[in-house]
Amino acid sequence: MSEHIVPSKTYYAIWILLLILTGVTAWVSTIDLGPLNTIVALVIATSKALIVTLFFMHVKYTSEKMTKVVIACAVFWLLILLALSMTDYATRHLA
Amino acid sequence: MSNTPVAVDEHTPGLQHHFASMDQQQNAVSLGMWLFLATEIMFFGGMFCAYLIYRHAYPNEFAAGSRSIDLILGTVNTAVLICSSLTVALSVRAAQMGKRTLLVGLLTLTILFGLVFLGIKGVEWYAKYKEHHVPGASFDASDIVRDYPQIPIDQPHEQIFFSLYFAMTGLHALHMIIGVGIFVWLTYTAWKGRYGPGYYAPVEISGLYWHFVDIVWIYLFPLLYLIDRKPLK
Repeated sequence: MSEHIVPSKTYYAIWILLLILTGVTAWVSTIDLGPLNTIVALVIATSKALIVTLFFMHVKYTSEKMTKVVIACAVFWLLILLALSMTDYATRHLA
Repeated sequence: MSNTPVAVDEHTPGLQHHFASMDQQQNAVSLGMWLFLATEIMFFGGMFCAYLIYRHAYPNEFAAGSRSIDLILGTVNTAVLICSSLTVALSVRAAQMGKRTLLVGLLTLTILFGLVFLGIKGVEWYAKYKEHHVPGASFDASDIVRDYPQIPIDQPHEQIFFSLYFAMTGLHALHMIIGVGIFVWLTYTAWKGRYGPGYYAPVEISGLYWHFVDIVWIYLFPLLYLIDRKPLK
């Protein structure tokens, strides 16, 4: 429900969590995890993006199901762009 | 209007006649904004795709270039944007509750955080300019070659990393400047007392825009600053 007023306590908790995740991702990048460094950085970034979307952007609280469909489609389209481009570039040498 | 199926709230001045309720109107407004943000995802997506292709092609140049960017300033700027997202979320709440003074204060704070972010970004860009890391005729990455001898790089390809660095942070900064402009207008109209429990759609959708720009930075931060920070052997 869009008229839903989120308690400010929730917003402060999300804010602290986002700051902690920012600190963690900066710190983890200085530790040698091999190829996992990039994966950990992207997993943390995606978690942060998801938290912002659900709580700060109210997607968790909206009764409008189309909002979720639009977001899912946008992300899916982005993945088509990235994945299909890489099937091409990753299997050939860049001129 | 003989058999009106829905009750129209006559006491809600912000409600347009073609919507049944404020709730429906608010949902439609948010959905429209999300459609715009979907186009923005594709707009930035083109750049992320270029980044992915070139990082795959020139991993060493991206690793060395990433090391030359200031990690502390990048982390601080990420925190500044997260703080601005908090003040935006709280300002939507203040508008919903009709707390005008709090709303104006929180919107002003958001503008300040936005300006701090742009200021720090400017400091970082100026440092890159002084280091001759701006792509073009005066580009010189010999300091990067000297600082990280363990990473073999090709100078012309190093320019690709910095081209993407400036294009991506530049496009993001442009969105921040537009966002600050929108929030200046919001603060003015909020100060005039336009928003309250009956009408706060502009605060809500401007907030969606601001959070989206924050999310773009949440990805730019690891993709540009944290590519390769582990100790060099």
